[in-house]
Amino acid sequence: MPALLVIVLVVSFPLLYTLWQSLTDWVLTNPRPAQLIGPVNYIEAATDQRALEALLRTVILTGVAVGVQMVLGVLMALTMNQYFSGRSLMRTLSLLPIVATPVAIALVFVIMMNPSSGIFNAGLRAMGLPGLNWIYGQDTVLPSLVIVDTWQWTPFVMLIALAGLSTMPREPYESARIDGANAWQIFWNITLPLLYPTLFVALLFRLIDTLKLFDTIYAMTQGGPGTASETVNLYLYSLGFTYFRMGYASSLVIALFSLILAIALVLIKYRRQNVLG
Amino acid sequence: MYSVKQPPKRLVHRGSLQADQRLQRLAGLAISLIFTIPIVFVFFWMISMSFKTQVEISSPTPSLIPLQPTTAWYGDLLARTPFARYFLNSLIVGVASTGLGLLIGLPAAYAIARWKLKQAATIVLITRIVPAIAYLIPWFILAKQLGISDSLFLITLLHLTVTLPLIVWIMIGFFEGLPAELEQAAEVDGCNVWQTFFLIAIPLVQPGMVAAGILAAISSWNNFLFAAVLGGPNSQTLPVVIYNLLSFEQANWGPLAAGATLVCLPIVAATLFFQRYLVEGLTSGAVKG
Repeated sequence: MPALLVIVLVVSFPLLYTLWQSLTDWVLTNPRPAQLIGPVNYIEAATDQRALEALLRTVILTGVAVGVQMVLGVLMALTMNQYFSGRSLMRTLSLLPIVATPVAIALVFVIMMNPSSGIFNAGLRAMGLPGLNWIYGQDTVLPSLVIVDTWQWTPFVMLIALAGLSTMPREPYESARIDGANAWQIFWNITLPLLYPTLFVALLFRLIDTLKLFDTIYAMTQGGPGTASETVNLYLYSLGFTYFRMGYASSLVIALFSLILAIALVLIKYRRQNVLG
Repeated sequence: MYSVKQPPKRLVHRGSLQADQRLQRLAGLAISLIFTIPIVFVFFWMISMSFKTQVEISSPTPSLIPLQPTTAWYGDLLARTPFARYFLNSLIVGVASTGLGLLIGLPAAYAIARWKLKQAATIVLITRIVPAIAYLIPWFILAKQLGISDSLFLITLLHLTVTLPLIVWIMIGFFEGLPAELEQAAEVDGCNVWQTFFLIAIPLVQPGMVAAGILAAISSWNNFLFAAVLGGPNSQTLPVVIYNLLSFEQANWGPLAAGATLVCLPIVAATLFFQRYLVEGLTSGAVKG
């Protein structure tokens, strides 16, 4: 099918091109043609303090943000799965963060997190607490980004979990009730295991998307203050488009891609072994 | 006799059960508000800020709603930036990249679903893994050589790298849901592959096409990186314009909030209108595995 060929080309061409570039010393502003230098860029990356710190930051940010989103998302789905008045309105409102423009939302959070005029600090002060520096503080910038990402993507986990809940079989619940199981036991021993295959999909997508999160961080902090919120994606962007070191930036693209691919493959393999179907 | 058979005790019990249920429903609403109030508040704050005067915006004790509402920031935004033009740019790119995505993606998804091309499905998943930046450098060079730098055509092609995999991913699920007997019957009646595709499969997956189309259009509308790096004065899209408001006007939140509101407005409207399709598209493939 020609259509399939287009897709294969769309994916493989940039990847192979980037792979080739990563083996050169190409600098965009340098008129000298790029030379093949072998794995030098990768060796530089492995000893580049700034790259390693960016990697650690990426992993921590992703781990914390996705962890929080999964827990909150399941709780939210369980809530929205109950019958209550106004439920369909609440479900509709929950959809909005998933589709809202990330850059626009990031900028609204910049306004809300402003240390002097922002609503966040106004709220803290009203409770008698000192204001925070949010995205302008070395220690508070990553938690601030976790808040924004969690706000935007918890509803996605909720939506997937809700779809899983709506296809739950009834029998296990009926027999559990006859056996006298309480609500907590039912959730822990029946609902959650039945939900695993669905949650797996949400987890996979959230991990992939958070590991390569760009728009939100770029719009809010550009990796700052200093390099306090510089993830791999942000670092390689500035390498490529501020310093024009295309060769080195390409090696980090390949590294990030391999990392995400490896995590995705391990997850998929783990799932095939442990959850049937 | 009847009243004896139905002891009052049971009636009382029933009444309390209803009260219980009512309580449960109220509790459900209350707990759901814990989640939805923060969601709504961000949108509310964005809109509220866009109607506030500068004095109210920079006040350290902000009021929830504008005390002296003004539409000045909207006028300001429309007067000082070619906002309408960039709005149109975003719209053209969104429609074009979705249309092209459907044109190429539908047959591809059909082939993957029908002949169970597992590897092809994996490739589609991999497109989601490739950092978008990997596309920038090759396209930057290619655009120069083709002479299409700073054109909506280039931005459309770039957005295709987002819309196409999304459409294929969603549509595989919908095509797999079709009963194989229908297609076999069509072939027995003498339809070739393309006839079966157009006359049998396509009409049956129309809800899926709406779902995939809406989500693709939204993801194109929201895309920032491609136009930010490779777009020029002729091919800028809205998210880039909104972002530029921040860099040039530190702490001038009025136009920023107004711009963010205008960018989100069409999407919120589309979400409310196509909600059912949207949910189907977003969850497609999740439940079936």
